[in-house]
Amino acid sequence: MEVTVNGEKKRYDCRAMPVDALLADNRVEAPEMVSVQLNGRIIDRQRYRDTLVVDRDEVEFLYFMGGGR
Amino acid sequence: MIDFSEEQLQRYSRHILLADVGVEGQARLAEARVLVVGAGGLGAPVCLYLAAAGVGTIGIVDADCVEISNLQRQICHFTHNIGDAKADSAREKMLAINPEITVNVHYEYLRADNVLGIIGGYDFVVEGTDNFPAKFLVNDACIMAKVPFCHGGILRFRGQAMTVIPGESACYRCVFREPPPPDAVPSCSEAGVLGAIAGMLGSIQAAETLKFITGAGRLLTDALLTFDAKDMEFRKIPLSCQEDCPVCGEAPEIDSLIDYEQGGCALAGA
Repeated sequence: MEVTVNGEKKRYDCRAMPVDALLADNRVEAPEMVSVQLNGRIIDRQRYRDTLVVDRDEVEFLYFMGGGR
Repeated sequence: MIDFSEEQLQRYSRHILLADVGVEGQARLAEARVLVVGAGGLGAPVCLYLAAAGVGTIGIVDADCVEISNLQRQICHFTHNIGDAKADSAREKMLAINPEITVNVHYEYLRADNVLGIIGGYDFVVEGTDNFPAKFLVNDACIMAKVPFCHGGILRFRGQAMTVIPGESACYRCVFREPPPPDAVPSCSEAGVLGAIAGMLGSIQAAETLKFITGAGRLLTDALLTFDAKDMEFRKIPLSCQEDCPVCGEAPEIDSLIDYEQGGCALAGA
């Protein structure tokens, strides 16, 4: 399948992948500091394991950025 | 409408020349009331640009004093201001740039029990705080009070911004549901930040404020602008209102303001 992650196309040798595996594959070291948007929907953190990413999906990892001072 | 003097027409001539601003837009700026939350890395350039732009009334919320470690990026504070209240230090520079404006200072930290009273008197809020409890509090309060605002965040070489029009566009909580666990959060004081990043992001927030007031252009709504200055990559990620958003969704669970616990690390002058 081909998935767009943060605007870049990526190929995977599988037909579907749970969100948590995609996070791990993209070396997101602190998933608690990321919000995941899948095709425009923000995915509930408790549902990373049972939400599947499939061919032509668009995924954004949106990072918490707390600084300002 | 405000009748500008010859001197004022000269002061604001580069705005007035802009077809999207003009004398009318400049008059709107003079009548506008903007609150800047945090007079730090983001708030400093915001305060200076809004003052220079002739925003008639600018409020500053900050309870901290200037420390030497702030001076690398908080450009409205000078070496002689170390120990002064940040709000006073910012106000001094703003009035030096433009004595015609009014600057209100609020020497407070925003809390659930004071935030509505403070933001209520303003047309637009610039959120330049350094911690998640404050970012969520500003979002929720602005949604409840229907006050538009611009969120900003910076860390290391990166920044992000989004403008929120309550009832119309995605809010901060549509994207970031609740604060991350305090122990997972690096602050500027731990992770560091390139000084100029604060200026980049603060300038974006100031531009959004001026666009909102004058009606020029299209706001940074329903999108998260992110940049990484290491390779100067900017991305504008489309967002949309989430119907399950806990504060602006169809059945909001959050109906009162929340004082979240702040992690031990992120409080000290990020």
